[in-house]
Amino acid sequence: MKKAVTGAVILILCAVLMIPVLSLSFGSPAVSQGMDDYFIAHGQEQTGANNIVTGIVFDYRGFDTLGEATVLFTAVLAVGLVFRKLKRGEEYEYE
Amino acid sequence: MNMSRIVRTVADISFPFILIYGFYIVVHGHLTPGGGFQGGAVIATGIVLLVAAHGHEAVARQITGNLLKNAETFGLLLFIITALIAILLGQGFFTNWLANTGMLFGTPVAFGPGPGDLNTAGVIPIMNIAVGIEVLGALSIILYYMLSGAQEAR
Repeated sequence: MKKAVTGAVILILCAVLMIPVLSLSFGSPAVSQGMDDYFIAHGQEQTGANNIVTGIVFDYRGFDTLGEATVLFTAVLAVGLVFRKLKRGEEYEYE
Repeated sequence: MNMSRIVRTVADISFPFILIYGFYIVVHGHLTPGGGFQGGAVIATGIVLLVAAHGHEAVARQITGNLLKNAETFGLLLFIITALIAILLGQGFFTNWLANTGMLFGTPVAFGPGPGDLNTAGVIPIMNIAVGIEVLGALSIILYYMLSGAQEAR
């Protein structure tokens, strides 16, 4: 009984989530067409990088990469906070 | 907490090659697939391989945690300072102020597919190296933190 209910719920959820997927038009993105063409046409001469992906990540969207680097820095801070060594009753820094 | 002699020897032999491969991915980030994040992760896996083979204590005597912490901070600072220099030159934040100037990394590149030249792409190689240093420090120090308390199961 429990398994049947679980399966039914999963099936219904999958069906609901598939509705927007079926309405997508793969292969012909109507929205971002101009953006792609601009990057392909001008990316090499503007950034000088043969790898356009790197040109976009580090030049056109430098803020995004700065955010990624900051997220990594914050992750290290959090891990250092969780895994710090504690003496009985007092705390001291990891070395 | 040591592995067997075979594992330790293989780890010692393959460590320099992993280092060189990671450095190659970082430096060629503007020409081939890859970049700072990927290359830094590859270098970090080399350090983790050493830790897995020799144990945390032995490796931490050579590659100290402070060195990795400093590497992480230095990479992030180099990244931000490279972006800030553009403001001093009167351009916007994150402008590619070195591209197509003829100076370091400033050779103009022709449109279309080509073999590529290391001396192109302006600030992108500098930022790749900065991010590579930061990622190798960050991932290694995370695993140092996690493995520093690890002990062999009895």
